[in-house]
Order: sequence, then structure tokens, then C-alpha cells
Amino acid sequence: MPARELKITPIKNGTVIDHISNGLALEVLRIIGAQTLDKDSTVSVALHVRSNKIGWKDIVKVENMELSPRKVNAIALIAPTATISIIRDYQVREKRSVDLPERIVGVVRCPNGNCISNQSEPIESEFEVTSRRPVILTCVYCERELDDFRPHLA
Amino acid sequence: MSLHGRDLISIRDLSREEIESVLAAAKKMIPFAEGKKVSHSLENKIVAMAFFEPSTRTRLSFESAVQRLGGSCITIADASVTSMRKGESLHDTIRMLSSYSDAIVIRHPNEGSARLAARASDRPVLNAGDGAGQHPTQTLLDLATMQEAFGTLSGLTVVLLGDLKFGRTVHSLAHALAMFGAEIVLTGPPSLALPLQSRRHLEHMGAKVREQSDLHAAVRDADVLYVTRIQKERFGDESEYRRVAGSYRIDASVLADAKSRLAVMHPLPRAGEIAPEVDSTTHAVYFRQAALAVPVRMALLDLILGARKGD
Repeated sequence: MPARELKITPIKNGTVIDHISNGLALEVLRIIGAQTLDKDSTVSVALHVRSNKIGWKDIVKVENMELSPRKVNAIALIAPTATISIIRDYQVREKRSVDLPERIVGVVRCPNGNCISNQSEPIESEFEVTSRRPVILTCVYCERELDDFRPHLA
Repeated sequence: MSLHGRDLISIRDLSREEIESVLAAAKKMIPFAEGKKVSHSLENKIVAMAFFEPSTRTRLSFESAVQRLGGSCITIADASVTSMRKGESLHDTIRMLSSYSDAIVIRHPNEGSARLAARASDRPVLNAGDGAGQHPTQTLLDLATMQEAFGTLSGLTVVLLGDLKFGRTVHSLAHALAMFGAEIVLTGPPSLALPLQSRRHLEHMGAKVREQSDLHAAVRDADVLYVTRIQKERFGDESEYRRVAGSYRIDASVLADAKSRLAVMHPLPRAGEIAPEVDSTTHAVYFRQAALAVPVRMALLDLILGARKGD
């Protein structure tokens, strides 16, 4: 890791979410449920860090936690430039870009209050990614399209 | 692609070729729908009518279609008498119904309910209207009406008038018209304009869409004038409903400059949008449109569920 990125101490085990577009770290914290993590999961946040790749970026490091695929999908939605590194014993064991899947399940609530997915049915919200640039999601139930997901993250 | 065993939830589920095959089959069904010929295509088949919202035309025309094809129906016509009142989910209700029947026709007040039903059922599901969402069988009978009147769907100028915001028939119809290259003209109260998203969707399909706030000017150029009712039940606010109700009415004066072949259509029921004096003119196609509901729904049921050679 380059010296200038060592503004936060390295972690022994956990997850580093890097290259988050500047200003979106707090959204990422919300997605990973930072407030409800175990107390041994220390969370470090760096805002407004110089990046050769994307200009300015945010970084989130979470100790002793690996992200579920569902949380990775949510991060892919709001911070598509992010990379996720899994750290074990101070070593990067796995590093990958977030990748928007074809379907997003249980991550975003349908903005249509009358949609069946917002009623008391034994189903999860489900969206198809119908456009990638810009990202547009379409509810598989009511066909409502959604291009601003942040207010609707489940 | 064959429609046999498939669901029909949204008009988007059908390709242009599939729509054309339904319309061709519907035309052949007319003598069967009128009782002049007899079909046994649905013999020994049971179709469940799951109507969780009031309906006259749609439910009765589906029931008529099933019976004209030699099948039989089991019907929920009033959701308040089902176990849903005891808190049973739609999902569970549909699973139960799918084990009692060979296909399910559903109308429900929530958008997306028919898609949920299709997932819950291992039998084909036909959407007969989900809230302000889709109503594909209505669209097919609208198209059948236009095709009967003009012999084609391509190149028609179709004016959509009225509640373009909540009217489910309009959203499905506009999509289908775009597939056939018709020109779509939008008119009506600005507060009930077509949602931006639907407009964007049509433009994305390459549709010719324009707005015309002057009803007389819109009617002058039209081949089809498709009138919708302002749906009181979709308004949360009674005063908002009263503000727009009665803001348009088709009468002899509106039709004075119309083309001689203009077809006035309406999914019915009407609530004053078309004056009774129009009924006796050659423009009035809405009762024919209602009549075509039976052969169109027969054609669909036959294609989806009917006996195939070798069955």
C-alpha cells in the first residue's frame, strides 16, 4: 500500500472499502450497518483522500468483518468505483471492484407505496438493472423505474 | 414463440409477432364468441377468477370466454369473503388457488400483484389489472378493435385523452402502439399527464409521441380517439378529484371537424366523458370494443391453456 494512504493504521483482519467517490463514505457506513457492528469491529473512516485513480476519494476500513454479497451490491449501487479488499493477518487476500449484478434483491425498497413488494407479503424487493450508464433499476413487480436509490436503500 | 403454458402479466411480456398472433387468433374466435360455432378447447379445464377489486366487464367477459371454450370457472368476486380478510397473504391465496385450477385470472388493487401471483402459482396467470399498473388483455382487445376498424395498426394517429397518470389501460396501450409505430398524441388535464417515466420509456422505444393541449386540434388529425375515465378510486384527495372531473367531454361539437373514419374508443365504464349523442354516430366504437373482449380473451385462453394436437 503506498505510504500516502497510511493515514489510517493497517488492520489485521477485516475489509477495506477503497476508492469510494468522495463524500459517499457515510452512505457506505450506513449500508454496512456501522452502528450495529460488534464492539471488536473497529471502523475507521478517511474522507477526502487524494487518489490518482478518481481524484478525491473516501476509504472505510472495518475490522473483523467481511461483507455479505447483499451489502456489496448495495455499495455497487451508490459507489460504483469502490474496490473491496479482504484483509487476513495484515495481508490483502482478495481485492476486487464492486460489480453491479443483473438483479438487486432486498437492497432497495420500491418507491411505489402501492407496489405489492411494500405490502405484507412473504417476498423481498427485487429490481432488474435495466440500464448501467446511468444506472436505472426497474421493479420486477410493478415495473417502476428508479434512478436515485439513496433514499430507498432498505 | 408459443404462448402455451405462459403467464401474461404485462404487455411487455409479448413481442410484436406474439401480439399479431393473438390478434389473428381473436379474429377467428369471433363466430365462437357469438355462439355460431362450438369449441371444446378448454374441456375439463378449470380457470380461477381471482378478483380482489370490483369488475364487471373484465370478469364477465373472461367467464364468458372460458365457458364458450367448454371450460368452467371458480370465482372470487369479493375479497372480503376470502381468508385474506383473516390476514392470509396474496401469495398463499394464489398457491392454494393454483392447486384448484388450471389457470388463474387475477385483478388486484396493488401494482405488481399479478407478477407475485405468477411466481406463487405453478399454473399460468393472466393479469386482469393490477392497481394503476398493467392490464394487458385490455390492451389486446383495444388493438383488436383498431385493427378491425382500420385493417392495420401501423401509421395510425392515436389520441390518448384523459387520465394518463393513473389509467392503467393507457400505459399498456401506449407501449403496444409504440411497438407498431403508431403516432401517439397526449391530451387531457395537465395534473393527470402521462408520468415522465412512461413518456421516457416510449421515447426510448423510438415512439412518435407529442402533446396537444387543444382537444379540437388533436381530434382533427386523429384516426383513433381513446378516451379514459378519471378514476375516482385512484385519488387520495376528493377535492383534487372534483377539480379535474368533468374537465373534458366528447360531444358532437368536438367531433365536428373529425375525419369521417375517426374511431372513438373507451375502455368503459364511462362517467360522462362521452355524451350519449355520440353513441349513434359512426365514430362510436366503444361498444364494439367491449364486445371484442370475449373473442380476444378466448384467443388468449386457447393459446395459453387450450388443448393442443396430441394432448
